Amino acid sequence: MIAQITLSHYLVLSAILFSISVAGIFLNRKNLIVLLMCIELMLLAVNMNFIAFSHHLQDIAGQVFVFFILTVAAAESAIGLAILVVLFRNLKTINVADIDELKG
Amino acid sequence: MTFQAILFYLFGAVLVAAGLAVITVKNAVHAAMFLVLAFFTAAGIWLLLYAEFLAITLILVYVGAVMVLFLFVVMMLDINFAKLREGFWRYLPVAATVAIVMVVEMALLLTSKSFGLATTAAAPAADVSNVKSLGRVLYTEYLLPFELASVVLLIAIIAAIALTLRTRKETKYQNMGEQVRVKAADRLKIVKVKSEVDEAPAASATSAGEGSKS
Repeated sequence: MIAQITLSHYLVLSAILFSISVAGIFLNRKNLIVLLMCIELMLLAVNMNFIAFSHHLQDIAGQVFVFFILTVAAAESAIGLAILVVLFRNLKTINVADIDELKG
Repeated sequence: MTFQAILFYLFGAVLVAAGLAVITVKNAVHAAMFLVLAFFTAAGIWLLLYAEFLAITLILVYVGAVMVLFLFVVMMLDINFAKLREGFWRYLPVAATVAIVMVVEMALLLTSKSFGLATTAAAPAADVSNVKSLGRVLYTEYLLPFELASVVLLIAIIAAIALTLRTRKETKYQNMGEQVRVKAADRLKIVKVKSEVDEAPAASATSAGEGSKS
């Protein structure tokens, strides 16, 4: 069980990583930059699941999917950081509590 | 214990420690550096899963590009991090409880015997290239999604530039279109002025003469 690395080992590791990033979203709920970092960490955990299953099912499609997830995640973080810069330029803050322009 | 198992536990421990550091350190620059460590270690674990191309891509794209972008933004913005950490200790028990419960639940499911997840796949043969097999399906079966991904990246470039592009107010620009389109009537204005009355020059001449006399 310990010596042999099985599929469930990788899945548990990515579950731990996912839970850490969920806890990070709870803890750093005021800091927009760390929230974005936690989302990146979450995507990493999901990608690890995909690759573990891809290897264990001997199916390359999982790795192709990870490829596309990486593309979309890079685009997402670029646009997210651009929005963050514009937001900071206009409001002089990145505190989530202060961003209430829409009165939602 | 095989060498692979030792590597897995080592990398897993580093990955979890780096993840915990990302969410708990005070300074966002340090958090970004720990996130770099987490990505790098994850690339090592992906290598253990024989996904060589994606492991290298993760390092090149994430460590090389995305995290540098994060560091740029963190250092560019002047942020009071102490104020943003208000409520950190207040939410710590809730967050830790939720995270631990999630981990225990998922671990119970994933390690149970009934799902048959405790399997080990054989390593691919020595002459099988991960890059070649990935490229073979990427350029045939997944050609349309591959091209759509390039469109997504193009849109991301345009959106990031359009969002952050700022025209400074103090900079003066020439509007070429207006300069070319200009007519003589826009520059030169002919004003009809009533012709002077004849007495006026004479009167001013006499007053000037009196002024010089006195």
